[in-house]
Amino acid sequence: MAPAGRLGNLQGLRRRIQHGDGIFWLVTLGFALLVISLVGIIGIVMWNGSADARAQFGLSFLWTDGWDPVNGEYGALPAIYGTLLTSAIALLLAGPLGVFIGVFLSELCPMRLRSSLSFLVELLAAIPSVVYGMWGVFVLVPFFRTYIARPITSTIGKEIPFLSGPVGSGRSLAVAGVILAIMILPTIASITRDVLAVVPNHQREAMLAVGATRWEMIRRSVLPYAQAGIIGGMMLGLGRALGETMAALMIVGSYKDSVPQSVFSPGITAAALVASELPNANDFLHESTLILIALVLFGITFLLNGAARLLVWRTARGPAGARA
Amino acid sequence: MISPAPNYRRRRMFDRVMRSMTVAATIAALVPLVLIIGYVLVRGLGAWSVDFFTQSYQPPVVSGGLSSGGEVANAGGVLNGIIGTILIVGTAMLIATPIGILAAIFLAEYPGNSVATVVRFCTDVLSGAPSIIVGVVVYYEIVRRIGADGKPLGFSGLAGSIALAILIIPIITRTTEEMLKLVPNTTREAAMALGAPKWWLTFTVVLPTALSGIATGVLLAFARAAGETAPLLLTILGNNQVSFNMLEPMAALPLLTYKYTDTPFPAQNELAWGTALLLTVLVLTMNLLVRWATSKRAGR
Repeated sequence: MAPAGRLGNLQGLRRRIQHGDGIFWLVTLGFALLVISLVGIIGIVMWNGSADARAQFGLSFLWTDGWDPVNGEYGALPAIYGTLLTSAIALLLAGPLGVFIGVFLSELCPMRLRSSLSFLVELLAAIPSVVYGMWGVFVLVPFFRTYIARPITSTIGKEIPFLSGPVGSGRSLAVAGVILAIMILPTIASITRDVLAVVPNHQREAMLAVGATRWEMIRRSVLPYAQAGIIGGMMLGLGRALGETMAALMIVGSYKDSVPQSVFSPGITAAALVASELPNANDFLHESTLILIALVLFGITFLLNGAARLLVWRTARGPAGARA
Repeated sequence: MISPAPNYRRRRMFDRVMRSMTVAATIAALVPLVLIIGYVLVRGLGAWSVDFFTQSYQPPVVSGGLSSGGEVANAGGVLNGIIGTILIVGTAMLIATPIGILAAIFLAEYPGNSVATVVRFCTDVLSGAPSIIVGVVVYYEIVRRIGADGKPLGFSGLAGSIALAILIIPIITRTTEEMLKLVPNTTREAAMALGAPKWWLTFTVVLPTALSGIATGVLLAFARAAGETAPLLLTILGNNQVSFNMLEPMAALPLLTYKYTDTPFPAQNELAWGTALLLTVLVLTMNLLVRWATSKRAGR
């Protein structure tokens, strides 16, 4: 006979649900669903907000030149071109540099310096983008104008339209690309570092055993092993560059009328266009078109980040909540 | 005797060159860091004064008349921005922290759920999305929403707080989840063995154990929220006076930095450097605190 009382339900392993447990599960589930719904809300609101523009233009306005809402011209091509060009410059500069830094930090750096140098590189990511923009306006733009833009435009710029002047205030797509490169460098560097760190040692030891130099070991066994993760890191960096608003807004020169011929002339990026015009939109169609541009931007970064996460999937990143 | 391969010297030279290029790359990354912090420190400190911290916006009054060369007599200060940032970021933290922590509790305490996978995916999407997107959404849904009295709700500090909260919820959720997962299951089981219900043991045993880690996540979120400008551009508009009314337009430090960078008056540009220094000091302090707390925890 089973003893009665507290030990009575030892027979049959029934899970004890205590009072309060059900509500606890419900409440925390509710907040988790709330987080999910935020993404849904963002998508739905932007879909609704862009309804007018979608009905009027479809997506054709993305490759139409000439942004002049006052006169009814809604060609977003200057913005798309500016976004793509500045992000391409940023990735071209920061990609290889970031990989080199990641290689140094994970393979070649002395142990005692490793965490301090990593911290310093990641500090670049912590600086607010408006500070980047301000520093860019007062320091980088004049420097770039004097030592890079004017020399190039007055020499080979005379032959190649893409590199031609005139260089006015110095705010241009080129400088914006450089600032974006500085901003995405820590992302690429730290992801490369983390991805390289989890490459198993047998790869390295095998190469060294057959007499490779350290660089050959890195180049031929470690980097290829980690290349998916490195590409993922570059895609995350690219996503950040595409969406960067304030620094681009302050530096790119705000020229929206047409696609600029030269990289050293002012232009506009999509995010900067939306940020500068949305609060003062002339009419509902203008506002709706801007929201549609924002929706396209969201979609692109969504896809890019999704693909990047898949590539960097199994990387040990630690408590990396604030890092992209 | 083993003799080295004939091209060994060339390979060794190449190896040295490439390795020093990686060192050069790292130094090249630190150059902008030093330049930015250096410039902000030097020019920002020049702007810091008692007036800077205690006064609000002053319209640029050119002393000596328009022909004097444009010396602005009194550039004022950024008190409106300081108060605004404290209020707006504080409210955003108040909104986001409970939501983030409770969602993280769900992820950590009920693992293996399909909801959990979707939540993690959503936090990734939110943290990777351009911050302007959140600003657009809050602008469209709140600032432009027609209220009960037939007028749009308009720009307000509260709208800015909501936008910032949406931005930082993923940060808090992810770091809290990771910290909660680090609490060993034996702790939970010990509490359960003593008869504690799950909700009680989560709040009195698990959370306090993970508290320092959660606090670092909150600090990081605070630093991020304080520096964000794009969503504020579309939601709070800015205010030239010190205002404590969250339902009206307010000022904030990052917005002031942006505004004062674009004005033609050097005295106001100085204010931009000053606010940038304030923001950078804030953000750097938070990051240093987080690093110190993390290393202390790792050393334990």
